[in-house]
Parts: sequence; C-alpha cells; structure tokens
Amino acid sequence: MSDNLKQSMSLAKPDAQDLSVKQKIALAIGFTGCFILVLALFNTHFSNKSLFLTLSMVLITIGTIIFSNDAYLNTSKGIKNDGVWFKSISSRGVLGWLTGIFLTLFYIVLYFYPHYLGLASDGGNNTGLIALFDPLSQLLSGRPASQWFVYGTLYTVAILIFGYKFMLKYRDNKYEKLRTVSVMFFQLAFAFLIPELMYRLNSDVPYYDLKSIWPLNYYNFERYRVNQFIDAGDVGLGLLIFGIVSILIITPILTYKYGKRWYCSWVCGCGALAETVGDPFRQLSDKRQIAWKIERWVVHSVLVFVVLMTTAVVYSYLGEDSSKYWLTRKLFLGLVTALLTLVFILTMVFKRHELGKDARYGAMGYFVIIIFLIGLHYFSTNNTLFLFKSETLRTTYAFLIGSIFSGVIGTGFYPIFGSRVWCRFGCPMAAILGFQQRMFSKFRITTNGGQCISCGNCSTYCEMGIDVRAYAQKGENIVRSSCVGCGICSAVCPRGVLKLENDSMKGRINPTEILLGNDVNLMDLVNQK
Amino acid sequence: MEHVVIIGNGISGVTAARHIRKRSNKKITIISAESEYFFSRTALMYVYMGHMKFEHTKPYEDWFWSKNRIDIKNGFVETIETATKTLHFSDGETLQYDKLIIATGSKSNKFGWQGQNLKGVQGLYSKQDLENLEVHAPNNTICKRAVIVGGGLIGIELAEMLNSRNIPVTFLVRESSFWNSVLPDGESQMINRHIKNHHIDLRLSSNLKEIVSDEQGKVKSVIIEETGEEISCDFVGLAAGVSPNIDFIKESDIETNKGILVNRFLETNIPDVYAIGDCAEQREAIGNRKSIEAVWYTGRMMGEVVAQTICGHKIPYNPGHWFNSAKFFDIEYQTYGWVHGSKTKPDDEAHFHWKHEDNTKCITIAFNKNTNDFLGINTFGIRMRHEVFDKWLTEKRALDYVINHLPEANFDPEFYKHYEQGIQKAYKTQLQTV
Repeated sequence: MSDNLKQSMSLAKPDAQDLSVKQKIALAIGFTGCFILVLALFNTHFSNKSLFLTLSMVLITIGTIIFSNDAYLNTSKGIKNDGVWFKSISSRGVLGWLTGIFLTLFYIVLYFYPHYLGLASDGGNNTGLIALFDPLSQLLSGRPASQWFVYGTLYTVAILIFGYKFMLKYRDNKYEKLRTVSVMFFQLAFAFLIPELMYRLNSDVPYYDLKSIWPLNYYNFERYRVNQFIDAGDVGLGLLIFGIVSILIITPILTYKYGKRWYCSWVCGCGALAETVGDPFRQLSDKRQIAWKIERWVVHSVLVFVVLMTTAVVYSYLGEDSSKYWLTRKLFLGLVTALLTLVFILTMVFKRHELGKDARYGAMGYFVIIIFLIGLHYFSTNNTLFLFKSETLRTTYAFLIGSIFSGVIGTGFYPIFGSRVWCRFGCPMAAILGFQQRMFSKFRITTNGGQCISCGNCSTYCEMGIDVRAYAQKGENIVRSSCVGCGICSAVCPRGVLKLENDSMKGRINPTEILLGNDVNLMDLVNQK
Repeated sequence: MEHVVIIGNGISGVTAARHIRKRSNKKITIISAESEYFFSRTALMYVYMGHMKFEHTKPYEDWFWSKNRIDIKNGFVETIETATKTLHFSDGETLQYDKLIIATGSKSNKFGWQGQNLKGVQGLYSKQDLENLEVHAPNNTICKRAVIVGGGLIGIELAEMLNSRNIPVTFLVRESSFWNSVLPDGESQMINRHIKNHHIDLRLSSNLKEIVSDEQGKVKSVIIEETGEEISCDFVGLAAGVSPNIDFIKESDIETNKGILVNRFLETNIPDVYAIGDCAEQREAIGNRKSIEAVWYTGRMMGEVVAQTICGHKIPYNPGHWFNSAKFFDIEYQTYGWVHGSKTKPDDEAHFHWKHEDNTKCITIAFNKNTNDFLGINTFGIRMRHEVFDKWLTEKRALDYVINHLPEANFDPEFYKHYEQGIQKAYKTQLQTV
C-alpha cells in the first residue's frame, strides 16, 4: 500500500497513460448510466421504468464501448500491458481497494440483505433497484424481478461489455477472440435468456442454467429441485438426467480431449466474469509456492465437502423400500461408494507415480474419511448421515462456499487477490476437472525447446497463480490441475515459447534436466545418470 | 568441504550453482554487487513499461537459496589473487575459494564518444541502469526527447520502452538498415517500417559525433556525424553492443583478450578458475558461433556444463545448432540454424524469402546453393518449433523437405491463420524464375 501511495503522490508519476478526452467523456457517459441505478436504489420514482432501465444499460454499454475503442483501436495489434502496474485500479492502489470494498459490500447485501435492494416482502411490490428491473423480468418470464434477476442481468451485461473490451485488447489473437465470443454466448443464452424463457413455457421447471453443472451448481439434486424436475414431466426428467450425465459422462469426455479449459474458460459463467471483467486484475494472483500448497488443500477439501453434503441431502429424501422406488438409500450409498472407490483405485494403480507425496496422503486420507462416514450410516438414525443433519451440512455449505467464498471473496476481492480466487481455491467443479486434466487428458502447454529467457511475463499474467516460468525455463511442458487454458501466458510470451495443445498422452509430461541447445551427447549422458 | 565461489548472479552463475548443488554437497557462494537475488535482466524492460514489478523478474523465491544451501554474498570483487586463491573485496574483506567460476557478464559499449559519461547517458543492461533510467527518463515532462545510439536488440528495446511512456525517440542507426549486419535485407526493411509505424524518428546511416553537456554536466543534445545536425534531448541510450565485464581481472594472472580466455572445458589458464557466460571468450570459435556469445541461453548452457566438470564429470562445452529469438515492438522473431545478412553471407548460401502483405510476417530460409541442404530459417510473426528445426538441421534435410513439411514446425496458438500454403506457392513460383 505504501508503495502505491508513493507512486501516485509522486510528482514524476511514471504513468504516461492519463485518460484522453474521449476516455473521460466515455467515463462520464458510463457513470451516468450507473447513476440511474443509484437513484433507483434510493427509491427515486421513475415514471417510466422501462425507459430508464434501458437508458441506464445503454449508457453503460456505450461508455464502455467508446472507452475501449479509444484505448485499443488507436494502437497497433499486440500485447497491451503498458502501465498495468502503475495504474491504481490494477495494482492494488486506492482505486483497486475502493472497488474491492464496494464489490464486497454489494455481495453481502445481495446475499444476505436483499430487501435493501428493494426486494418485496410478503407478496408486496418490489421497490428501489429491484423494481427498476421489473419490466424486463415481466417481458422475459412474466413475473416480477428478484435480486437474482437483477444480479443476473448486471452480470450478463458486464460480461458482454467487458468481453467486447477484452476482444479489442487481444484482437491479434484468434484463440482469445473465439473463447470470449463463446463465454459471452453461453452467459447470454444459457445462463440468462433460456432459463427465463423456459419458465415462461413451463413454469413448473425449476430455474436451470444447463451449463452450470453439479458440483458448481451444488443445489442441483436437492429435494425441492428433484421434485420439481419430476413433477414437470418429461422435460423435467430429461433435465434431471442431463444434470447427472453432464458430470459423469459429458464432462470427462470433453476434459480428456481438450483439458478443463472447454469448461472453465469457454463455457462457465464464473470463468466468463473472471476473463472479461476480471482481466485487468489477472496479474494480482499469488504466485508463491505457499499459495499453491494452500490452494491444493482448500480446493480439494471443498470438493470432499460438496460430495458429502450432496450425498447426505439425497440420502435424506430417499426411502428404504425398493418396492416403492427403485433407488433406495442403501442402493444410492452403494453407488456413491462404488464410484469413489473405483476412482481412488484406478488413480492409485495407474497414476500413483505422478502424484506428489502430499497428494497421495491427501487422497488416502480423504478416501478413508468418506468411506468411514458412509460406513457409519448403519449406525445412524434417519437424518444424521455423516454425523450432522443433512440440512445442517447443506446450509453450512450454501453459506460458506456458495455465498461467502464464491461471491463475497471470489468476486468482491478481484482487485486484491486477482480474478480467479474462487476458481482456484474454492470451486469443486474446477477440482474435479483439474484432477482429470492432470491425470487423464490430452491437454498441455508445450514449451518450445530452449527459447525461454525467464522474463516472467507468463507467470505474472497467469490468473491461476501458476509459476509458468518455472516449467518453461526448464523446457518442461506445463501440466497442472489448475490451468484453465486461458492462453494468456502464450499470448504475452515475447519469445514464442508457449503453446496450448491437445496431443497424445504419451510424452505429455517431459521432465528434462538439460535443455535443448546443448548437443545430444551431453543430454544422453545426463539423462542416463 | 570444497568451496565453490561464483562471481556474478546472472543466468550463467546461478545455473552453475543450481547444477553443482544437484550433483554435489560442495559449499557454494554466489557473489554479486548488482542485486541481492538472481533476477532476469531480459525482463528489465517490462518493469519500466509497467508490465511487471521488479519482484516478478526473480525466477526463484527468496527462500530458494538458503533452502538449497547456496550462500549469497553482496559485494564487489576488486582483485583475484590466484596464487593464494583469495578474492579481495572493495570493502577490504577477503574470501578463500577452492574452485572459482567467473560469470560477471557484460557491460555496455562506450566507444570514446565525447560526453559519453554525462548524466543522462547510459546503456541498458543492469538493475542500476533501470534505476538511472527512472531518474533521467521517467516521463515526457522530464525527458522531452531521448536519443538512442546503436541499432541492435537493446536499441530497439529501449525505443519500445521509452515509447511506452510517450517519450519522443530519435533512433540513430549506423547501418543503412536496422540490424542488417545480421538480418537479410527484406527482413531488416520490414522492421524499419515497423519502427517508423510506432512513431520513432529512425535515422539510418547516422553516427553519433558527440554528446553535448549543459551547465550541470547533464546531457543537452547530440550531434550527428554525417549531417552535423544537433538534436536536443534529455536522455541518451547507448546501445552499441556489449563487451565482457572483466576490468577487475586485467590485473590478475588470468589470461584475457576481449573476454576471459577459456578452452572448451571453460577452464582459464589458471587451474581451478573457470569462466562462463558473456564474459568468457573461446580460444577457438565453435562452428559459426562467435568466440564471445552474449546470449541468454549460451550462458545457461555454460553454467550446466561447468557444473558437470566441477562435479567430476569433465565435459566440453558443445553447443548444438544455433538458435535465438527477439521481439521488435509487436513482431516476434525466431531463428534456427544460420541465416546470414547480405554483408556476411557466404557464397554458397542462397535464400528463399516470403513476406506477408500485411508487413508484419515474413520468413527467410537459407540453403546451400550447390547441395540444396537446409541451413537455417528466420521467422517473423510466425512461431516455429525449436525441436523440429533442431531435428531437421541434425538430419541435414533438403530445402524441399523443409518447405513441404513446414506445417509440422508451426507453433502459433490454436485457431491462428496458417501461411504455409502461401509460402509453398511462393516457393514454387520463385523456384521457376531462378
């Protein structure tokens, strides 16, 4: 902090990128749009809500477009990181902290005090900010807005306009452009429009963002949703089956072929926000080895937690009698146990040598705990599978992981910890995909022989905090669970050292002691030793 | 326990230390006066441009050194007494060694120009250079114009750096075209145009006559030899190459020429004293390579080799096929094998050149006129695979083979447009006209 203060107070401030006149105008337009939202929040009465909501969204969009055009289109194609560490917003300066605090407060209000935003209580009418969004919600689904509708709309608009900015910034890079079009499409269509329209067609179907897969969508198999699915007839049943198939079949196949990037940086909504709105903060992720250690324990613990929680919840609403319904508690627990045991044994048999010592111990420890807890069920009464009531597990998970971690910390702290804190430390979906990416996938980042000059651009701009350089300078390919395949390391590399690839599994991990460059005899000698 | 002392904590010295630690239990001390910990000097430009902070340039975290029992000593070695194996520091301290590795790198060339030591005149090599740059050229109010002398890799990097802070740059290049001592004409001219597109005032065939001082001993202007024109400026970047940083060795018994003379085992004339990296000069040049190679990866390779020798695995330094890379503003450059510029091109070397119409991509393939053997490739704006070209060079592939298999060597990111078809078509038409 003191460093940043020094920087911005300095008369000889090195930041040559003061705002241009056009950018100032763009900011004025954009903030006017935001101001309409603030007025709404303070219960200003707009005679025509549709008009003002439209006006607000249009102004914000136009402001961002003008700003981006002026910032990027006047310069040649190429990497645009000049001054990133001099700007207050992107280097944990005053603007960065203020933004972080504002976002955090917004999330706290959104999750825990939605009535401050104007959410109606007990069948009354919405007021404030949420009321401003009523016309749009009525138009799409025919019901008044909720805090989640407001949030979803703002979230989508943010991804669209900052996605536009991102595409201009990386307009020399077709991989980045395609990827961004993809996340913009999935957010707009799958997360925003389709669920709302589905409700209009069949109001029995629960809100279902098809691309939000369990365990990211941790509540997908809860009793009320499963009931809703089943009550909604064939469509609902189809969706329920799709939910199970997507995690057990679709996801493993796609991850095998393309790495977890097919989801994390091409489809996922959290990833979409991180890659677009979060792009100016990607360099703030912690690259220290200690951060990596913490990451491995935390993210896998969240995964274990969500598996236990979901098992307990599903268990709690299943019956004992197989003549009433084929899936009984016993059968369900048996299936879960079989699946986990299968994964555990396959990994230990075929991939043991690829795991670090701590990973082996961790896997064994967690496996024993889960099996032990499942075994306990024979001694438990109705609702206390795994020592706690399933409801307690569910609410604890929803509060700690679903709200605090993914929202308040994950997004609110973008300007402090970087844009992928949630994806890196908290997301159980990322943990599953990452596990598979590390163990069984064709994806890797290939290092180009001996060309690396250890400059560190790749590590600096890795949003997942991977020390890419540590691999590249040794001539090693990068095969890491956490890599979301955003491709920025490859983009910022000044020497053309990194390439994201899907190739054969063989030779994917290539530890070399001596880099390409020294003659072959020497390499042989060293490798023999 | 044998004490290995390494003077210099750049890529060469640090690589040597790491590999000695991997293979032995010897006591290792690295000495540096430049920085406490190893950093990547190739990244200094990105610190100035605000892409990175200085801490990001350190490839290893600070705990790495003590964990691996590599002692770090901050100090400036003034003399080496080889008879008693003693180093004398500028503060009067001494240090005994059993084996000494000298890896002191380079310093910026100064060719005796008048005014070359004025305030605001400097090269760009060390951490101190970066700090001085922040003093003399932090922005375009304090530095209204900068002049860069010397058209090589450091020169164009300096131009890009200053440009990122909107400081107007005049770029004096002695040659008739940028870096055409190394690059073939087509490529060199493409880079000329690219430099000018970034609003750099590029002056070709222009030598520096003198640097003029103001009353405070600070640079005020430069005078160009050819035209006598005086260009007022607040900063002069000297980028006319580097030479071995070995002034402190001249007094010792260690034999030097331009650099510290070493044999293929990187041994100097004194037993137990080795020299690696930029400061070492091969008694006999290896292949087409220069006897002094101030290149990142050769320093690294020498570090790897000397570590083997010191740990009892005596091995000659034997670099494989030449390769290198750079970036000229937005255009990436890679080279594998040898492609000579027009000034140095041997008689039997011929070139196939292809340039994309957008003026940011081109390749030049060198081949032997008589045998049609593939000799090397320069590639601009298209990334290529090191491994593939290394293999083709070893296999002595023919030009036709390389052209036909070019797609295998492509290393551009996925979904990028490929240019091999256009290249192959151009090859066919050019071949017919030849």
